[in-house]
Amino acid sequence: MRILVGLGTCGVAAGAGATYAAILARTGTLHGSCKVGKTGCVGMCYREPLVEVRENDGKRWQYGQMTPDRVDRLLEEHVGKGEPIEEWLVWTSDGKGQEKAFLDRQERIVLRNCGVIDPEKIEEYLEVGGYQALKRVLYQNDPDGLINVIIESGLRGRGGAGFLTGMKWRFTRLAPGKQKYVICNADEGDPGAFMDRSVLESDPHSVLEGMAIGGHAIGSTQGYIYVRAEYPMAVERLNIAVAQAEARGLLGDDVFGTGFEFHVELKEGAGAFVCGEETALIASIEGRRGMPRMRPPFPAVKGLWECPTNINNVETFANVPWIVLNGAQAFNRLGTANSKGTKVFAMAGKIRRGGLVEVPMGISIREIVHDVCGGIKEGRKFKAVQMGGPSGGCIPAELENTVIDYESINKTGAIMGSGGLVVLDETTCMVDVARFFLDFTQRESCGKCTFCRVGTKRMLEVLVRITEGKGKEGDIERLENLASLVRNNSLCGLGQTAPNPVLTTLKYFRAEYEAHISNRKCPAHQCQALLTYTVNEKCNGCGVCGRACAAKAITGEKGKPHVIDHSLCTRCDECYRACRFEAITRV
Amino acid sequence: MTSAAPGAHDVEAPRAYDFKNLHYKGAGGVLIPLLQKFQVQDGYISRERIAEIHRKTGVPLSQIFGVATFYAQFRQHAVGRNIIKVCHGTACHVAQADGISKALKDQLRVGEGETTPDREFTLETVACLGCCSLAPVLMINKDTHGNLKPADLRKVLKPYREQKTKAGS
Ligand SMILES: Cc1cc2nc3c(=O)[nH]c(=O)nc-3n(C[C@H](O)[C@H](O)[C@H](O)COP(=O)(O)O)c2cc1C
Ligand code: FES
Repeated sequence: MRILVGLGTCGVAAGAGATYAAILARTGTLHGSCKVGKTGCVGMCYREPLVEVRENDGKRWQYGQMTPDRVDRLLEEHVGKGEPIEEWLVWTSDGKGQEKAFLDRQERIVLRNCGVIDPEKIEEYLEVGGYQALKRVLYQNDPDGLINVIIESGLRGRGGAGFLTGMKWRFTRLAPGKQKYVICNADEGDPGAFMDRSVLESDPHSVLEGMAIGGHAIGSTQGYIYVRAEYPMAVERLNIAVAQAEARGLLGDDVFGTGFEFHVELKEGAGAFVCGEETALIASIEGRRGMPRMRPPFPAVKGLWECPTNINNVETFANVPWIVLNGAQAFNRLGTANSKGTKVFAMAGKIRRGGLVEVPMGISIREIVHDVCGGIKEGRKFKAVQMGGPSGGCIPAELENTVIDYESINKTGAIMGSGGLVVLDETTCMVDVARFFLDFTQRESCGKCTFCRVGTKRMLEVLVRITEGKGKEGDIERLENLASLVRNNSLCGLGQTAPNPVLTTLKYFRAEYEAHISNRKCPAHQCQALLTYTVNEKCNGCGVCGRACAAKAITGEKGKPHVIDHSLCTRCDECYRACRFEAITRV
Repeated sequence: MTSAAPGAHDVEAPRAYDFKNLHYKGAGGVLIPLLQKFQVQDGYISRERIAEIHRKTGVPLSQIFGVATFYAQFRQHAVGRNIIKVCHGTACHVAQADGISKALKDQLRVGEGETTPDREFTLETVACLGCCSLAPVLMINKDTHGNLKPADLRKVLKPYREQKTKAGS
């Protein structure tokens, strides 16, 4: 029997480190046959810290919210007497537990090993069939056949644009040049996305194996992983994984004794969103400012150090070993006509079960939000989902039957993106969401081309004005005009897609913009400058709000209802937060 | 070939032409890792360091300065002993990350990007820490803290302060 603690960044942030320490401290009381181990993230971030009890025959019990004070009872009852603790169980391998629904609709290909193996032990990856795919392609030694399998599987790039991976490999293979490179794009800059982080932290070897297979396909001996510096744990585990794979001859000068040479080197990003764009990423690895350049030539022809280079996303690579082992048909059986396989989504925002889900393409947004993730927190109303980060857009609740595939999502004006799905409820102001993203792209614009550098700034100014209650007649048209200029004249994807959050919110939530501009009201009560604070009948005169108010705008006798002087109120929200009787109304 | 750890890069590396990879070893490719190494050492990138890198690698000063100011990670000023990064990504934004930043600014009496007079804390913002389902999130040094409320912050900061009193006494 084994006790496994989920130690991804999210688990540790929720206190899994303390739980792990508490279990270790009590190992003296356990049987000799019971081992304590670590694992990655199963994706149930909303129930972290997670502890799993696994029998030797593979039967699994997953416990949620395992704070250190629950450890004693777990060890005593389940581990000691073999009596599972029903009320803490979130999931069991024989189909029980409170969170069964979360996993029932999922198809796990990319996340196949996440939360199952210890990411710091290559032995565990090998036990579940790791590096077998690489071994097979090296023994077959038929790169063209391999590329055909990947094309036939229909795998499209998971980094955003959705280009057919096999085709990209073929272009890179056919490009003239002796030295070629493989790059894994682990920059994951979209705020609100954490799929790649979880995969790298929970199953780093599957990405390395995918890269090596890619290297064999295109004829490369050197791979780079460009990983965000904000992900220290992913960097650490990747370093461990590379060292272990090299020590066993699964990477290095002579992989599997077949003469195939493939090295992997880590490059840490330095905090620039635009470096997720492939040409900027290459510039960054070369030690220059991360500024994109015109394409063509595409990296497949002229990339890193001017050599043919194949860039793929983390999730794309993690799919590859599975496809090689299970065949193209097993993969393209899932999904829709043009989008095959599965997609991992990072669910966040106002959702009940936030975390990582992997669903087959073709599932609807409604099924993900309601069936898999349990709907909106605190029983509020579902308003929209934001997909694709700063390049994406908001899909409103009315379109919740939209299915997940590249083309259907594009039709709504959003994009599939890398998989961040932020769920918004009725308390989210859509103008504020648009302002938030423009603020982001405006700051992250590298400054090379004028329309992106200046245009996003002008758009942001208009949006700030609207959210501050200073919107003018004609601002909506001004935004639309600027949006089309920025979209059509920017050099790279950052500028070309930057207007999307504005355009989609204008398309589906125009009335909200109008309310801000014409009525000086924020329907979601989020834009501070447009709020009016009043004291309602629930006030019992406790005086807390008066003390919280720095502007001294609240007066009243103790025990009697208080009043707010609107000429003094600065709308700082302190009274609203201080009141324990819901006696302050914001409209 | 496997110079993965930043520490493995030698400033003194000769500028030999690497025929296998078709580029100057010790030049461009190691500039960012070098800057990262110095930032870990010094906490920021000083002008002296930029001059030093130029002298030893031959990379033009303009390029080093250009790179050091382009990336958000590189700081041009000295920082406090603990670095607080408040996430202002999408999920954290809709979960009222503004309130967290505001409370921290009030508590520490600093603005964004500033350091407390006792050099204990530097307050920064980042775009996403990848723990969106625990929003709002902040990171102190290498530790991530999630599901925060403005009222919790004092408790979160405390252990980082105490370290100092122990070390100092
Ligand atoms: C502004 C911008 C940011 C991007 N950020 C990322 C990113 O964080 N991760 C990623 O994999 N691709 C990102 N991309 C897409 C890459 O340019 C590239 O298309 C992708 O890495 C190709 O891999 P794939 O074919 O596996 O999708 C970004 C593109 C743009 C224009
Ligand atoms: S948005 Fe804050 S951690 Fe992702």
